[in-house]
Amino acid sequence: MPAEIAPPMTAPLLDVRDLCVSFPSRGRMIPIVEHVSFTLGERDILGLVGESGSGKSVTAMALMGLIDSPGVQITGSALFRGQELVGMPQKQLRRLRGREIAMIFQDPMTAFTPVYTIGWQIDEQIRAHERLSRKQARARTVELLAEMGVPDPARTADRYPHQLSGGLRQRAMIAMALSCNPSLLIADEPTTALDVTVQAQILDLIRSLRSTYGSSVLLITHDMGVVAETCDTTLVLYSGRVAETGPTEVLFAHPGHPYTAALLASIPPLDGPRPHRLPAIAGAPPAPLERPAGCAFAPRCTYVHDTCLPAPPPPLVPTGYDPLAAPQDDATAQVSAAAPSTQPVQFAACVLPAEGTPLPPRLTYSELSAGDEADATGFPPSSFAAGEPH
Amino acid sequence: MTTSATFSATSAPSSASARPLLEVRDVRKTYHLPRGQTLKAVDGISLSVMPGEVLGLVGESGCGKSTLGRCLLRLTDVSSGQILFEGQDITHLSERALRPVRQRMQMVFQDSYASLNPRRRIGDLLAEPLKVHPGPDGRKRSRATIAARLHELMDLVSLPAAALDRYAHEFSGGQRQRINIARALALSPRLVVADEPVSALDVSVQAQIVNLFADLQARLGLTYVFVAHDLAVVRQISTRVAVMYLGAVVELGETDAVLHRPAHPYSAALTAAVPRPVVGAIRAAPLGGDIPSPVARPAGCRFHTRCPFVQGRCRAEEPALRRIGPSHSVACHFPLAEG
Ligand SMILES: Nc1ncnc2c1ncn2[C@@H]1O[C@H](COP(=O)(O)OP(=O)(O)OP(=O)(O)O)[C@@H](O)[C@H]1O
Ligand SMILES: Nc1ncnc2c1ncn2[C@@H]1O[C@H](COP(=O)(O)OP(=O)(O)OP(=O)(O)O)[C@@H](O)[C@H]1O
Ligand code: SF4
Ligand code: SF4
Ligand SMILES: [Mg+2]
Ligand SMILES: [Mg+2]
Repeated sequence: MPAEIAPPMTAPLLDVRDLCVSFPSRGRMIPIVEHVSFTLGERDILGLVGESGSGKSVTAMALMGLIDSPGVQITGSALFRGQELVGMPQKQLRRLRGREIAMIFQDPMTAFTPVYTIGWQIDEQIRAHERLSRKQARARTVELLAEMGVPDPARTADRYPHQLSGGLRQRAMIAMALSCNPSLLIADEPTTALDVTVQAQILDLIRSLRSTYGSSVLLITHDMGVVAETCDTTLVLYSGRVAETGPTEVLFAHPGHPYTAALLASIPPLDGPRPHRLPAIAGAPPAPLERPAGCAFAPRCTYVHDTCLPAPPPPLVPTGYDPLAAPQDDATAQVSAAAPSTQPVQFAACVLPAEGTPLPPRLTYSELSAGDEADATGFPPSSFAAGEPH
Repeated sequence: MTTSATFSATSAPSSASARPLLEVRDVRKTYHLPRGQTLKAVDGISLSVMPGEVLGLVGESGCGKSTLGRCLLRLTDVSSGQILFEGQDITHLSERALRPVRQRMQMVFQDSYASLNPRRRIGDLLAEPLKVHPGPDGRKRSRATIAARLHELMDLVSLPAAALDRYAHEFSGGQRQRINIARALALSPRLVVADEPVSALDVSVQAQIVNLFADLQARLGLTYVFVAHDLAVVRQISTRVAVMYLGAVVELGETDAVLHRPAHPYSAALTAAVPRPVVGAIRAAPLGGDIPSPVARPAGCRFHTRCPFVQGRCRAEEPALRRIGPSHSVACHFPLAEG
């Protein structure tokens, strides 16, 4: 559940500015991630969304110093508690990883080696960072597994990774990641391989981390539903560039970028009336080398016009303002492009807002479900579209 | 047990043919694993599919969706039970006798990359079934007929004719899936079994392909069995939905009845667990526990280890799939909804 949208008063835990990552290929540099900036506050959950190949994992790996491809070029800045991560020596990075920053992946098998029990591996991880006896470490491991909702934790600790179900393995991996009480957890598609009923359990667990462990989470996913349910802030990547960012509530209610709006509209609704046809987005995302000089979304955008095409790509401009800072006369007017004196919280890399023709709001959940009764699943029926008729 | 044939008839499109295109009678598929273990991947499924209908098959990983899909087309032999296509029992037909039937039933898979030979032009790939199978007049198709058909197919899936001269790697995932669909349609099948056909696609492309499936169905009067784990996709395309759990169908009915007024506790948990792309949706507490191992499936109701409504009877007695409405059936002793 997204928390309040108030801007962080203190310096953010992670402050990423202008991060660029390029890989060499056949004598030229391929820009994979271009000028990505965001901040992540203490105990915040930030959702990094984007389609396959948009650069989500590369962004995370670059932050963690985990890209070791020869010739890779990483520029920009990433301050973690004031320390610069870009260019930090591996030795120092290694100390940071595991102790202060932990990462979990889509496939837990990559985190565990098959030949040792998961308990043994978590024990080792704990002992690498803390002076504990084997017995003390195991006690802590069992405690951690129990906190992650693993049934019969003492016995489960003695099992090998392949003997556990996908959901249990994912819990064990989160337990290992949290074993050193990191302040930042980077979770790269942690639930993509899981079934929805198990995904729901893991998302609940991730949400609870901020209160039980005080951790901030950078959650990478391609599922807008997962973001809506889990993240305070959302960052939408399109073809290696930030398309839009803002508080999740604001961004979903009133997407400022045509890509975000179209993406939300193209998801088939599970509740409410069934659209005759889905409002699909024509074409496919461009490959990095075929990325247009101007707006990367231009070839697929219904609003494309002359000013979208020339380089450089449109910069991020404010499209939404902090609803708490704005006078609240109307409950439905959550985001008003109102008084310029209010705090901007949402930004989109599109020329439309500056040209005075911002997108209309997407129908909000409360508007849609007003007057409807909840159905048997406990969900009020809802339907939605992002400005476009379907 | 063939009750399914009777109740699905009521949901048939108002066409003259009230006979199912496909009938599945108590089909089982058991795999024999090392150390004498057996895995009942499909554990006694009966259902029927009417012409022009889209039956969605949903359920979590390993519940047997793909296995059932392959059994339907005789790509896997069943261990027991019967499969009838156009009224003909095809369960034990020889490969030779099956050949003419095969033209009328095709499959589309998830992995659009792996299923296209990278070394052959798209045109050659699509022409292959047209060369192998005789035309409607029983004679070998001429070059000109095949060429005309290839252009027709490209048109059907909205790809330029120039695509025929190119190779699979030159296409995006969505375009490759269009090619796979074109290939499945080459011989004008009546039934298409699509196994997770959009699961590997980007969200923004997925909608295009879902629309394409819907368009083709309307245009060509196709019948689909549409397998997917994404409930929202299944809802968009399906007339009826079958919810599977550990090898069995636990609920079967019209799409919105099953998804919005689920009678089986598992269907209810499944729909509730899907995260909605709207902020403020309150999700019910997630289902506890893991899916049991398919080799050691629970006695009694197969869902009882995770069911929030379990009672004594559930552990002892397996609920049969029974009708609770004109076209709605459920396998639960204590269904959440009636009809
Ligand atoms: N080491 C590398 N060398 C060259 N290119 C790379 C390397 N790693 C990633 N890429 C390219 O960078 C792009 C972005 O990849 P990335 O893995 O970040 O995507 P993603 O958003 O995580 O996608 P997915 O949802 O599929 O995981 C892709 O085009 C990929 O091929
Ligand atoms: N050839 C085989 N030998 C042994 N077991 C098999 C074989 N094929 C499938 N299985 C098992 O049968 C069960 C059903 O598998 P199936 O692939 O049909 O599931 P599914 O519902 O399609 O799952 P998914 O959503 O992951 O594709 C699984 O437990 C699987 O491991
Ligand atoms: S800049 Fe132009 S092409 Fe890009 S998203 Fe905005 S309107 Fe569309
Ligand atoms: S039969 Fe019992 S355990 Fe099975 S689904 Fe129904 S209530 Fe739950
Ligand atoms: Mg990735
Ligand atoms: Mg499958």
